Amino acid sequence: MTERFDVVIVGGGHNGLVAAAELAKAGKAVVVLEAKSQIGGACTTREFADGFNVSAAAHLVYQLQPHVEKRLSPKPRYAARALDTVVLGGDGQRVRYGSTSIAGVDDADRGAYARYAKRMRRFSRVLWRWLNRVPPRLLSGRGTDTRQLLRMALELRLLGKSEMREFLRLIGGNIYDHVDEQFSNELLKGGLCLDAVLGTHAGPRSPNTIVAALHRLGGAGGTYALPAGGMGSVAAGLMMTARAEGADIRTDSPVRSIRVDNGRVVGVETADGARIDSYVVLSSVDPKQTVRSLVGERHFETGFLRRIGHLRAAGNAAKLHLALDGLPDSEGPGHEELGQRLLIAPGPDAVERAFNPAKYGRCSEAPVMEILIPSIHDETAAPAGQHVLSAVAQYAPYELEGGWDDESKRQFFETCLDTLEVYLPGIRARILEGELLTPVDLANEFRMSGGHWHHGELALDQFLFTRPVPGAAQYRAPLDGLYFCGAGSHPGGGVSGAPGYNAARALLNREADR
Amino acid sequence: MSASQVAQGRLVTPFYSRQRELDTLNRWHEWKGYTVADAFYCAELEYFAIRNATAVFDLTPMTKYRIRGVDATAYLDRLMTRDMYGLAVGRVAYAVWCNDAGQVLDDGTVFRLGEHDYRLCSQERHFDWLCASAAGFDVEVVHETAEIAALAVQGPTSFSTLERMGLGDVRSLKPFDLMSVDYAGTPIVVSRTGFTGDLGYEVWLPPILAEAFWDDLFTAGAPVGIRAIGGDALELARIEAGYLVAGVDFLPADEIVRPGRGRSPLELGLEWLVDFGKPHFNGRRALAEEWRTGPRRRFVRLDVDGNKPARDAYIYARPGGGKQVGFVTSAAWSPVCKRSIALGTVDARYGKPGDTLWVEIYYNQEMRWRRKMARASVVEGPFWDPPRRRTTPPVPY
Ligand SMILES: Cc1cc2nc3c(=O)[nH]c(=O)nc-3n(C[C@H](O)[C@H](O)[C@H](O)COP(=O)(O)OP(=O)(O)OC[C@H]3O[C@@H](n4cnc5c(N)ncnc54)[C@H](O)[C@@H]3O)c2cc1C
Repeated sequence: MTERFDVVIVGGGHNGLVAAAELAKAGKAVVVLEAKSQIGGACTTREFADGFNVSAAAHLVYQLQPHVEKRLSPKPRYAARALDTVVLGGDGQRVRYGSTSIAGVDDADRGAYARYAKRMRRFSRVLWRWLNRVPPRLLSGRGTDTRQLLRMALELRLLGKSEMREFLRLIGGNIYDHVDEQFSNELLKGGLCLDAVLGTHAGPRSPNTIVAALHRLGGAGGTYALPAGGMGSVAAGLMMTARAEGADIRTDSPVRSIRVDNGRVVGVETADGARIDSYVVLSSVDPKQTVRSLVGERHFETGFLRRIGHLRAAGNAAKLHLALDGLPDSEGPGHEELGQRLLIAPGPDAVERAFNPAKYGRCSEAPVMEILIPSIHDETAAPAGQHVLSAVAQYAPYELEGGWDDESKRQFFETCLDTLEVYLPGIRARILEGELLTPVDLANEFRMSGGHWHHGELALDQFLFTRPVPGAAQYRAPLDGLYFCGAGSHPGGGVSGAPGYNAARALLNREADR
Repeated sequence: MSASQVAQGRLVTPFYSRQRELDTLNRWHEWKGYTVADAFYCAELEYFAIRNATAVFDLTPMTKYRIRGVDATAYLDRLMTRDMYGLAVGRVAYAVWCNDAGQVLDDGTVFRLGEHDYRLCSQERHFDWLCASAAGFDVEVVHETAEIAALAVQGPTSFSTLERMGLGDVRSLKPFDLMSVDYAGTPIVVSRTGFTGDLGYEVWLPPILAEAFWDDLFTAGAPVGIRAIGGDALELARIEAGYLVAGVDFLPADEIVRPGRGRSPLELGLEWLVDFGKPHFNGRRALAEEWRTGPRRRFVRLDVDGNKPARDAYIYARPGGGKQVGFVTSAAWSPVCKRSIALGTVDARYGKPGDTLWVEIYYNQEMRWRRKMARASVVEGPFWDPPRRRTTPPVPY
């Protein structure tokens, strides 16, 4: 007998779970089908060496939307909150900044930082108001869409005339010029540049990097939190919440295809051949795979397929995990500092130079990194006295010239270790075990096209009304019954819960309209 | 510019040498990169060959794609607005295809050559669109315009011409049938199709056979008045037949810059080519919505009073003018109907068959422009549609 649900959600990443909770709460019979044996997708914790646990992709919480977090039960526990960012210099220099504080720079930069941070927070708040709603359709001629657009314009206008102008001036711009206009300290500029380009195929001089920085601030001001038990515990909390609302959540249930009959979605078929019927399928799998592999191109129109084909979704971020038998030498940063969010971004040019080879399918020779040692705050991460290092290393292009193999992977791994050794002297001697996940590994492990952080590049041409592509930006795909609900849809990736939440609203609003 | 660039600047068709010999006017134009004739000796006389004898038109430059593969039928069914599963092997179908917004990209004819083997002929080039549409289907799309020489053999004596040539069982071909026949030991394709609205055939063959075929054809057709014709004569015949031309009566949607300048099949009088019974095809969602709300425009065939061709004329609802409701896209004095005829587009509210509209015609009379409001009645169907177009077997001469 085939089962029937009101809604099938493909993929139990955090967005699938958020959508499940919302829809179940609204009274829908919901099932979530996750391919892996663990829930959470790229928001997960796993053991990578005996006794060493790490957040295998995402490792920090900073974008989780308050309205999503509020609904969580139990609430996530954090091993550390409001981590500062410490930009490491090769010569022992440091700049340390938080959302309002800064140290290690001169007075001019200190004053400039206060103004910069305040403005970016303010702009991010406006942006995230838009990001937390289903985007309006452009030129639809419908009153609700027009009202929404007017509301967006009003929110912008409420910034005041000169700030609104500044917002519009900056929104498409590049972070390099923006920080260069305001600061003199190289490490500070480097750190702010890296913040803007993490997870994208962009260097600081690329357009759209300011909007990416505003996106990253998550509307709240970019405070970094380290969940106890790693990111997997956030996913576990989401799962419990969704289950408590009545959602059926199944792991080890890869979906082979989303079934279409007579021009509309009618359910899914799992890898073991079982069929589940449903007239609504939400896919948190990235749009390319959803369209091409799960539904099949023939069920879509040619123009839409072209746009999906042009969707840029090749990742550049690799993930480095090290099991350490202790912290690196004391000549480097101290214990307290090591517990912060560490960046290797020696200057804006250094970040740009790291990006250059990636344009041509090669890895950075001097990679830039975001590093955490979660075990300093969280004893579940490593055996007593030992430590875990988790780092995002850029740039390692998904489409590496010649392709990724053991040798190219080993090379980049070594490059990363050499780089680390410069900024954290003595670290090499501490390594018990290590792993590098290239974008190809991430693509395979987390089933995300291109291993891309956002399931699709975060840039203005793939943003708001046009994310993932025009014609599907309101979560509804141009196929009756199919919705997108993952990072590939508005407003993009990061552990925010916003795509899942908005997608659920889009579905519920549509049903209410009928 | 090097010599080779000049030489390649304009292609000639495999029939060029023969047409050159017949040509007396030296009036040629460019058609999709090829040199073709406006007329060879007199467009009017050439036109009468279509209606009274056998006219031979070189349609090699017509865009031709070969579509092959086990999914070819499914592919075409998704591409075209009409049902393609109903097209039997050995049959030809007129079809239109649309973009996602339900706007027509082009119209053309689909030849089902085999179980998984089709040829698509169209006015415009669409290779990119056809390839993009192939994603997810097991099909191969090949651009074969240059690999297939093609002649239209049209007119009341065209059947006799081909039969005298001894070309297979042409007699049994019904309209929109095609068959493979043997010519000089090589299989070539003959279809009972054309763009003249008359009895006629089209012949599709390898370029290497082109000149020999032309010679044999003209020998066989000599007793029944065979003539080579140029584009001018064909243009007149196609207006009489009420056929649309991309770029003239509508603009291909992919060439349009301004919003609202495209046309849906419903606006072109082609709703009979849109099968809403099919669950999915390119443009379906938009067309279903348009069907619900009603198209904005209407394609009309006009029978215009007087003898002045209503070229490019504005169309009005009232004789006094006032609000302009549409415009003429093609117009001619029809020798065979002895009427002034026109094709045009009007606002959907106007122009139902039988309605009267008014066209504003300007004509030059010895250096003096004259303006005339002519009554135009909207007619249903083609202006010229003789029974011989359908009679099978055709009457021999
Ligand atoms: C290296 C890296 C570091 C990152 N760091 C951070 C960070 O520090 N902080 C942050 O907030 N964000 C970070 N991100 C981004 C963040 O991880 C993602 O944007 C987010 O997790 C995406 O969530 P999702 O639910 O939309 O999709 P995913 O987490 O990708 O979930 C999709 C789910 O679908 C499942 N699936 C796929 N195909 C099928 C199928 N056929 N059948 C069933 N299930 C299927 C997958 O297994 C997966 O569980 C990082 C990303 C990367 C790649």
